[in-house]
Amino acid sequence: MELHRLTIQQLAGELAKGQLSSRQATEHLFQRIERHDPAIHGYLELHQDAALAQADRIDKRRSKGETLGPLAGVPLAIKDNICISHGRTTCASKILGNFQAPYEAHVVQALNAADAVILGKTNLDEFAMGASTENSGFGVTRNPWNLQTVPGGSSGGSAAVVAADLAYAALGSDTGGSIRQPAAFCSVVGLKPTYGRVSRYGLVAFGSSLDQIGPIAKTIPDLALLLNIIAGHDRRDSTSADLEVGDYLANLDKPVKPLRIGVAGEYFQEGLDKEIAQAVRQALDFYASLGAEIVDISMPLNKYALAVYYIVATAEASSNLARYDGVRYGYRDKDPKDYIDMYYTSRAHGFGAEVKRRIMLGTYTLSAGYYDAYYLKALKVRTLIRQDFDKAFEQVDCIAGPVTPTPPFRLGEKIDDPLTLYLSDVYTVMANLTGLPAISIPCGFSSAGLPIGLQLTTKAFSEELLLRIARMFEQATDYHLQKPKLQS
Amino acid sequence: MIQKNVTSLGYRPTIGLEIHVELSTASKMFCACPNHFGDPPNTNVCPVCLGMPGVLPTMNRQAYEYAVLMALALNCRIAEFTKWDRKGYYYPDLPKNYQISQYDLPLGSDGYIDLLVNGQTKRIGITRAHLEEDAGKNVHDLPDCTGVDLNRAGVPLLEIVSEPDLNCVEEVMAYARSMRQLVRYLGISQANMQQGHMRFEPNISLWIFDDSEPDGGHYTPIIEVKNLNSFRSLERTVAFEIARQAEEWQADPHGYRMDKMSKQNRGWDDVREVTVYQRHKEEADEYRYFPEPDLLPVEIDDAWLERIKAQLPELPIARYARFREEFGLDEKLTTLLTSERTTADYFEAVIQAGASPRRAANLIQSQGMRLANEKGTDVAELGISPQRLAQLCKLTDDDTVSASAAATIFQAMLESDAPPEKIASERNLMQVSDTSALESIVAQVLADNAKAVADYKSGGKKAKKARSFLLGQVMQKSKGQANPKVVGELIDREVLGQT
Ligand SMILES: [Zn+2]
Repeated sequence: MELHRLTIQQLAGELAKGQLSSRQATEHLFQRIERHDPAIHGYLELHQDAALAQADRIDKRRSKGETLGPLAGVPLAIKDNICISHGRTTCASKILGNFQAPYEAHVVQALNAADAVILGKTNLDEFAMGASTENSGFGVTRNPWNLQTVPGGSSGGSAAVVAADLAYAALGSDTGGSIRQPAAFCSVVGLKPTYGRVSRYGLVAFGSSLDQIGPIAKTIPDLALLLNIIAGHDRRDSTSADLEVGDYLANLDKPVKPLRIGVAGEYFQEGLDKEIAQAVRQALDFYASLGAEIVDISMPLNKYALAVYYIVATAEASSNLARYDGVRYGYRDKDPKDYIDMYYTSRAHGFGAEVKRRIMLGTYTLSAGYYDAYYLKALKVRTLIRQDFDKAFEQVDCIAGPVTPTPPFRLGEKIDDPLTLYLSDVYTVMANLTGLPAISIPCGFSSAGLPIGLQLTTKAFSEELLLRIARMFEQATDYHLQKPKLQS
Repeated sequence: MIQKNVTSLGYRPTIGLEIHVELSTASKMFCACPNHFGDPPNTNVCPVCLGMPGVLPTMNRQAYEYAVLMALALNCRIAEFTKWDRKGYYYPDLPKNYQISQYDLPLGSDGYIDLLVNGQTKRIGITRAHLEEDAGKNVHDLPDCTGVDLNRAGVPLLEIVSEPDLNCVEEVMAYARSMRQLVRYLGISQANMQQGHMRFEPNISLWIFDDSEPDGGHYTPIIEVKNLNSFRSLERTVAFEIARQAEEWQADPHGYRMDKMSKQNRGWDDVREVTVYQRHKEEADEYRYFPEPDLLPVEIDDAWLERIKAQLPELPIARYARFREEFGLDEKLTTLLTSERTTADYFEAVIQAGASPRRAANLIQSQGMRLANEKGTDVAELGISPQRLAQLCKLTDDDTVSASAAATIFQAMLESDAPPEKIASERNLMQVSDTSALESIVAQVLADNAKAVADYKSGGKKAKKARSFLLGQVMQKSKGQANPKVVGELIDREVLGQT
């Protein structure tokens, strides 16, 4: 098989055998990026020197027979809203166009400790606000399966580079579906861990109570391996859970039996693409054929999820993004009249339209006189939605459904219609509102040859179970093995 | 019920005070930076307190304990469950453009503090006490721009809000000073005014007595004055506002009232010593408060609270009462001795070591406080152990040294670790009480001053003066070492034949 096609596990095996060096693998990917990324634009910045230096370090240590980390010499990509202490962390925003973080995200430290090689930073919707990566301040990312369509978002860059074999895996962040939706659009696997499973330290905040970092990879075992490395308590993030983290690889291939999968009728109502509905139903039939019991459940509050999500997320965003004011770092407009003017012009010119729209929405819902009607009510409904899920998990082990209402759409198709674009998140926001872990796995293709994803959700902190259920499907299907044809 | 505290103009000031106290924790409220004043700008900073992207706050437990300790001392109800909230406003010295604070669930509420004002106890209600992070400082003395110093950004700040129970300048000042004394007693803040550890925000209004109104009167519009950082400016602001509002009311008795005008902010002009109009507060300030998603709620249990309660020392007002009763000291001396916990502790240690309360109190007040003041320290830090001071007290009480010699010895003890008795003998400061040694001097002085002896003997108007004169002569001849009591007895015996 071609070198870039390998999974992390396969590459790590080759590297361990000494047939291949990390420098070779890394150089190979940089060459491939040079050839294919101009069309896709998955990367915002490449860390070529640092990556090759790290690859050499690992190769040298390996030749000396040193014990190496589980990702030794494996080249990975990082979404550009996760801080690395070299290079820039822009969040695809002009306001952070030249921002260099003097610190490293917890997950980056964890990857470094596992001896990974970091290729560079991937594109996203500005500050992770979007579902198509069209909101990037530095150009759109295109879907490797069809360059006229979007790769999804906001982790569109991460999903696209993994799908196109321009990285062996990538980290993304998921606030309302930002890992799962692009994973579905690009036919790769993406996991949003339980809120608190992975430290958010060093992840530039969008919606703090919703944000979670997670891996995007080619296979479930690779996801499990990455989660092994990035999961765990970090005292720098008070919301990270101080809970034991298991070995997600240990029992991964063991099928879950008995298995009860819940399916909510609400997921299959108006607005869902017929081909997606069909692919998801087929996947459920497949689980049934493996012995799973498919249980009809009801999620009556599903219809409020999107509204609740857009109130909570924008409120938190309006506050989180207040710090970008041109005072201490980032973009400052030239020659402001006074400090108020400096705020106005720096923010007006530094932020893109969607970010400003969400800041305004959030500012409005937090304002005196509206707080109770919007934010407070949203928090109450959020609690009720959690209870809905708790109830469902008394009956079932897992809830299954679509990831997206439509297959990848054409670039520019929805960008002028923010409300329609917001509907892309309709199936994914629940996991963020509830904090539950959720995964997207490839489960088919549309008649136009575009990827379709299946979403699975389990109880909080039950990633081990979730990955095993996902692995059952992956082991018996070959959707994840299909690759986009890239033109060079 | 309205208290009869009516002035001649028929109004009663109604004042509530907000106090911000910087807590003296080792590190800041939500990061590990040193909480230290006076360093070069922007040296005690890190990505967290600079509000950089992607970093997260972590709560300083020490600050929370300090704050709860204060809330307990203020007899507050301690919340078992609290959370953090973001208070949003844009200002260059506020790095995140929101301040982490506590909005609807303060850690302490419904407390009180008892004040001693003019010998009377007055109870002032405490509405709430909550914890938040301080902002940085804008620096305006640069040639062509405004700078921002963020060393102070993130320092733990305890906000204490009183009920509008203060009715005159004296009460406001007693309240403010009691708060300063209390935080120093608790050891939770140095409350150094020069370093901005305490800031005041009075809310001032007048209740105008008017029997023709259904409520028996009305309020003038509330004036809030922000950011006063000295007792002096607080005192003058309150006094000025009371007078100014009274004048405004007199000029417009029907218009200048709270129900017709909104709350206003005024600022204190330290140069002109006046308050200056800043803005009307048409509505509540728009801070867009919402729960801080980056921090967990704080839940405390009984065991934890008991542990904090156990740290509460005897509070100033209780200690004052006990000192008065136990040691029989007067108001002034007791106030002085209990003003600082260290001084009061020191005083008690001296008594524990065997000194008489009165002697110890006098020496601490007359010598200790004076010298401590000169050296810019406090009595306990002068370097005289309670044991040594107790020895000096005993030497003075049993007439081994005179009161004036004791003052000299006290001072000498600052430079020497020797026991006071040794210092006294080295410096010939022991009193001579041995009658035989003094008898010859007395005989000589009486022989040399026949007129004075005669005056004394006559028992007339001049007798008292004559006796003092003779006594002075003996003291002089003994180079101050004679025990004046013994000398007096000798003179009386020789001249009047008394024994
Ligand atoms: Zn700091």
